[in-house]
Amino acid sequence: MKRLLSVALAITLSVSAVHAENVLRWASQGDAMTMDPHAQNEGQTRTFAQQVEDALINRQPDLTKVPGLAVSWKLVDPKTWEFKLRPNVKFHDGRPFTSDDVVFSFKRAQMPTSDLRDLIASVADVVAVDPLTVRILTKTPDPILLDEITTIFIMSRGWAEEHKVTVPQNYGNGEETYAVRHANGTGPFKLESRDPDVRTLMIKNPDWWGLKDQPHNIDRIIYTPIKNQATRVAALLSGELDFVLDPPVQDLARIESSGGFQVERAASPWTIFLGMDAGRKELLTSSVKGKNPFADIRVRKAMNMAVDVNAITQRILRGLGQPAGNVVPPGVYGYDPSIDVHLPFDPDGAKKLLTEAGYPQGFDVRLDCPNDRYLNDEPTCQAVVGMLARVGVKVTLDLKPRTLHMPRVQHKESDFYMLGWGTDTTDAHNHLSFLGLPTSIWNGTEYTDQKLFDLINGMASEIDKPKRDAMIKEASTRLREAYTYVPLYHPLLAWATRKGVKVPITLDNMPHFAYARFTN
Amino acid sequence: MARHILRRLIQAAAVMGLATLVAFLLFNYVGDPVSNMLGQEASRESREALRAHLGLNDSFVVQFARFSIHAVKGDFGTSYRLQRPVADLIAERLPATAELVLVSALFAVGLGVALGIFTAIRRNSWLGQTVLAVSLIGISLPTFVIGIGLIYLFSVILGWLPSFGRGDVVHIGWWTTGFLTASGLKALILPGITLGLYQMAFILRLVRAEMLDVLGADYIRTARAMGLRETTINAKYALKNAALPVITIIGLKLGELIAFSIVTETVFQWPGMGLLFIQAVSFADVPIMAAYLFMVAFVFVTINVLVDLLYVALDPRLRSREEAA
Repeated sequence: MKRLLSVALAITLSVSAVHAENVLRWASQGDAMTMDPHAQNEGQTRTFAQQVEDALINRQPDLTKVPGLAVSWKLVDPKTWEFKLRPNVKFHDGRPFTSDDVVFSFKRAQMPTSDLRDLIASVADVVAVDPLTVRILTKTPDPILLDEITTIFIMSRGWAEEHKVTVPQNYGNGEETYAVRHANGTGPFKLESRDPDVRTLMIKNPDWWGLKDQPHNIDRIIYTPIKNQATRVAALLSGELDFVLDPPVQDLARIESSGGFQVERAASPWTIFLGMDAGRKELLTSSVKGKNPFADIRVRKAMNMAVDVNAITQRILRGLGQPAGNVVPPGVYGYDPSIDVHLPFDPDGAKKLLTEAGYPQGFDVRLDCPNDRYLNDEPTCQAVVGMLARVGVKVTLDLKPRTLHMPRVQHKESDFYMLGWGTDTTDAHNHLSFLGLPTSIWNGTEYTDQKLFDLINGMASEIDKPKRDAMIKEASTRLREAYTYVPLYHPLLAWATRKGVKVPITLDNMPHFAYARFTN
Repeated sequence: MARHILRRLIQAAAVMGLATLVAFLLFNYVGDPVSNMLGQEASRESREALRAHLGLNDSFVVQFARFSIHAVKGDFGTSYRLQRPVADLIAERLPATAELVLVSALFAVGLGVALGIFTAIRRNSWLGQTVLAVSLIGISLPTFVIGIGLIYLFSVILGWLPSFGRGDVVHIGWWTTGFLTASGLKALILPGITLGLYQMAFILRLVRAEMLDVLGADYIRTARAMGLRETTINAKYALKNAALPVITIIGLKLGELIAFSIVTETVFQWPGMGLLFIQAVSFADVPIMAAYLFMVAFVFVTINVLVDLLYVALDPRLRSREEAA
């Protein structure tokens, strides 16, 4: 009780002391799910984790890899990476950081209740060679291991054992673990207090190892989730916030024109697309019986030609999207701008192709779309329905919230669906394997091309760089020219800040406040 | 009287059970929580394992029985989204909603009754007519429009009041209150008005209608003829008789305040139970949804029972009928 009162008092005092310190107040629509760095692989949760914790290799705002808790690394043999660790690093509670913590954190991230275990599925073992050296052994050669481990944040073994959180959050065990609202990392900010959905307070870690090279001037960070977008904008404009991660598209112009605020935009490594089920004998939602129109590549090509992606990005997304021609987006290793070009919008050509394929009058099918997942997903799907109607394809639109939409894609119960894919590893293999391989739960196209499968599986363990680059290029091209997807757009991110505060935009939409600055 | 109370309690328990059952049936349509709980890269095996672990593959009857047995013991499970016990979350959010509803109710009842009497007594004055016309806005504008409008006027343009949150709160035991700090009180004004405006306008119009009704009655004319003072007539005879239906409606409207607080809490990012519920819906966080609906049903049923008993206490005719039966 006394402690609670003093915390309340401390918060009151800190608020009144705003002028003395640089307090960054920010908001977005949802809160982190937990402070446990291995329990959830979700954007906002990882955003919080990366302020408090470090990985062996960190990412800069432009997603390039920079030394984190490892200062150097080398390949010892095709299946073994060796990392030299940063000396004299301390956790927030004062415990020294050693290779033992790395081993502990990786083993923890591999446990059944960890949401990251599928991301580092290639890791066979992690061993400490000496207090400042670790080796990661992989099951097969893994050319993107360094990318994968940027998501594994390092916890202190001693702290985890003390607070009985050596296992990531286990759903349904009926208890809240200590790590849900507490964290102890080596990162630039310490978690001071956390009231989920209400307020999270972080303070500067004056002993952060990165301060020498990257001196920032943020003393405190106060986060408040604000679900309602109009309120979020109002809170920014009224001066109650310094930074809004997700200002609504329709308000961007107003924020920029109201003076005292700025909006920064950047392409994100995501693609929003439509998928067609080309493998089914007969579509579930079409009156065409005995055959599947999408099994014919001419039909799939016609669908691509009938959708005007420029109209979608300009009118519906108001410039917050870049027309896409391929599911592999910019910012990803292996991205090839020459194939990221949508087929020219050509309704007459599309009609001709449909006629050749035996559908001069078109056909009918249902399009399944989410209405709460992607930027303007609902109006985009409505526009697609209109565009396809022009070439005779009669589309019934079925809009559902994501909790209902995603399962039907995962269970391959959809003939024609909207989906978006972004990457955690920033390697094209991620997009190609999840959208191209038949084993992926996110590939509803049921399209078979053994050559494509071999290429995708091959690049997962090919460490010869030129050879691997060629495989990525060939696989991307093959997947694009199968036309099982209608790529729509690569969404742009837009972050709004008060003038006098700079928060460099990060391509993965996860702000990194060690790079932020107060400029006045 | 005792028999009456007992009968009402049995009815109330039955309503609770039914409400919970209906709520539970609806959860079949909110979708799959697992796709929100695991990252996009999670494998099919991980998803299936989690689904089995949560008991989502069990039949409806098993899931409902499990929920009911635990709910009676006050255990509502663990939130899928926040990974904390639902009972703790509700207990943490309850003070915010309770204080907001209290402020709105005081605003709605106080101003509504006062203005209702005023417009009834001065029904031909221009002020009375204006108040009546303005009250139409309160009835017809949706809550979120009122909320956003107030935010733009008082936060963005004038900069007087905060646009979101509860301000600083003081902990008293497990309760948190915003009544004891300046920022907490300031934060209550806009959401309080937003939530209470509809109810205020409604009560105003109801009180006015009842008062007009009573003022036209014979006994009021008799009172006037006897030469009683106008204030005595209004306060002692008219208002007292107009109060009965008003009390019933106000009781039910209090329940509505709690239910409507969902919208207001979302607009103002008010960390109460309504906001918790809305976030749970978009995440398919069934444990929170179930507990919330259970709670709301409980509040409604309790209010109804209390209003019923109050009614009996206020109206001697009902009492004698009960005793005769």
